[in-house]
Amino acid sequence: MNPNKPITTQAISGEESGFTLGPLQMGPVCCDPQSVIQVENLSLRYGDKTALDKVTLDIYRGCITALIGPSGCGKTSFLSAINRLTDLIPNCVIGGRIRVDGQDIHATESNVQALRRKVGMVFQKPTPFPLSIRRNFSLPLREHGVTRRSEIDAISEQVLRDVGLWDEVCDRLDTAALSLSGGQQQRLCIARALALNPQILLMDEPCSALDPIASGVVEDLISRLRGRYTIVIVTHNLAQARRIANYAAFFWVKERAGQLVEFGQCRHIFETPTHQLTAAYISGARG
Amino acid sequence: MLKINAMRWRHFYLDRLVQIFVYLAVFLVCAVFLWILIDLLRGGFAHISWGFLIESPRDAGRAGGIGSILVSTVLILLVALAAALPLAWTAAALLAEYVSTTSKLGIVVHYSLQVLAGVPSIVFGLFGNAFFSIYLGLGFSILSGGLTLACMLLPILVSTAEAGLRAVPDSYRSAAAALGMSRAAALFHLLLPIAAPTLAAGLLLGIGRAVAETAALLFTSGYADRMPGSLLDSGRALALHIFDLSMNVPGGDAPAYASALVLVAMLLCINIFAMKLVQDWQRRRTILE
Repeated sequence: MNPNKPITTQAISGEESGFTLGPLQMGPVCCDPQSVIQVENLSLRYGDKTALDKVTLDIYRGCITALIGPSGCGKTSFLSAINRLTDLIPNCVIGGRIRVDGQDIHATESNVQALRRKVGMVFQKPTPFPLSIRRNFSLPLREHGVTRRSEIDAISEQVLRDVGLWDEVCDRLDTAALSLSGGQQQRLCIARALALNPQILLMDEPCSALDPIASGVVEDLISRLRGRYTIVIVTHNLAQARRIANYAAFFWVKERAGQLVEFGQCRHIFETPTHQLTAAYISGARG
Repeated sequence: MLKINAMRWRHFYLDRLVQIFVYLAVFLVCAVFLWILIDLLRGGFAHISWGFLIESPRDAGRAGGIGSILVSTVLILLVALAAALPLAWTAAALLAEYVSTTSKLGIVVHYSLQVLAGVPSIVFGLFGNAFFSIYLGLGFSILSGGLTLACMLLPILVSTAEAGLRAVPDSYRSAAAALGMSRAAALFHLLLPIAAPTLAAGLLLGIGRAVAETAALLFTSGYADRMPGSLLDSGRALALHIFDLSMNVPGGDAPAYASALVLVAMLLCINIFAMKLVQDWQRRRTILE
């Protein structure tokens, strides 16, 4: 397959999608993987507690990579190391190297604000700001230099359409974002992350605080973002990982430190895992 | 069966007992406030008139009004707030957002604030007299009184504002950071508006303490009861006026009562006004529900 040929929407989901932002990334989704995030020997400590030990992993462009494993095995720490959200934790020490788009994110010349614009994040608990829906978009956009109101409104509308929220909120943009339902709030947060036009989206159990129906809506949305964005998603829902992910990485706690046990195509991890621990976890025998 | 019945009775009586104590406590708190208010109204209401509010005191306060004293009080309060608020809220932001409580700086600042909060106001008065009045040469003036009060207000303002900022959930900080917002932007656009009610509560506590202060002002702003010409003039605060009338002026009871009534009314008005102001500001900056 020609790697430079853009993938069409149909090739990804087979259905018509109303995307207006975020052009499809070049290259086939997962036949010819190009790594966009390279993690080498990543170790992460909180004080003297080791959360991650020597993790080496490549995340491929345009794919959905699921991080699975039991609680406390460092999945969330791994995720927040990628956009340097670990900087907020005072005693967190990071070793190893993470490169996003070939650029070392801990290099002195790298700009953390620019990195976080490129690498968006969605949290487990929906975190809309206690402001109006409109201001939830204008606040971060203004921070990144988009000041014209018409432009802000246009971007907000586009991303709200992308997450399928526009029809539900278009007549109440000036009401409280906190008055939305849980599922709507989470989609608002995804839209807010998309508004900055990131390349990569980190999602930390985005469905686990939602009821099954809202969770299904968000899951479908994540599936539809494939190809436009590189997605790394932490999930405890193995069925969900199996449904949406192209790649899966299995983490496990060894010697009181989170380690990467196995990484590969989702199909392989779930059907023919090479490691015993993975097989035991997938089948529900352990974890 | 008997045992279950006994249990039921015990629960019933325990519930009733707790209920009675809770209501009694609430009633007592209200009663104290009402008693003070009624006493003030009875002793001072007859003396209050428009003239009393705008005239300067004559004959050591037995006649005339409290116009000049009200002006001095408000000026002292404004000086104190203008000096203390920016300092206190900046310090609170630093302590809550940029310095960890276990770091050396955090410990030193917290400890000094605790000590400052425990210092009796008469000591502040002596310090203010030595530093502002004599060393800085401000003399007995509204300015040195206001600055002394500012020192007294710092611990209240800093600790309430810091507690308010710390009470804002960390999820907002991480969400803002994940959107590439700087810490300063998150502070101004998110954290401060969310913490506004606590900031306001601290401000009101501070205002209450400042307006009620007597001892610290005795040595710093003086007790000249004429209308102050400038901030460098001496001015008598309302609380000091009440003290003077009731202790040093025979026959000053009625104006003392009336002044106290005005003081309480003034505090009430300031509280309502400040609360309203903050609520409006918060409504404009955030939408909670």
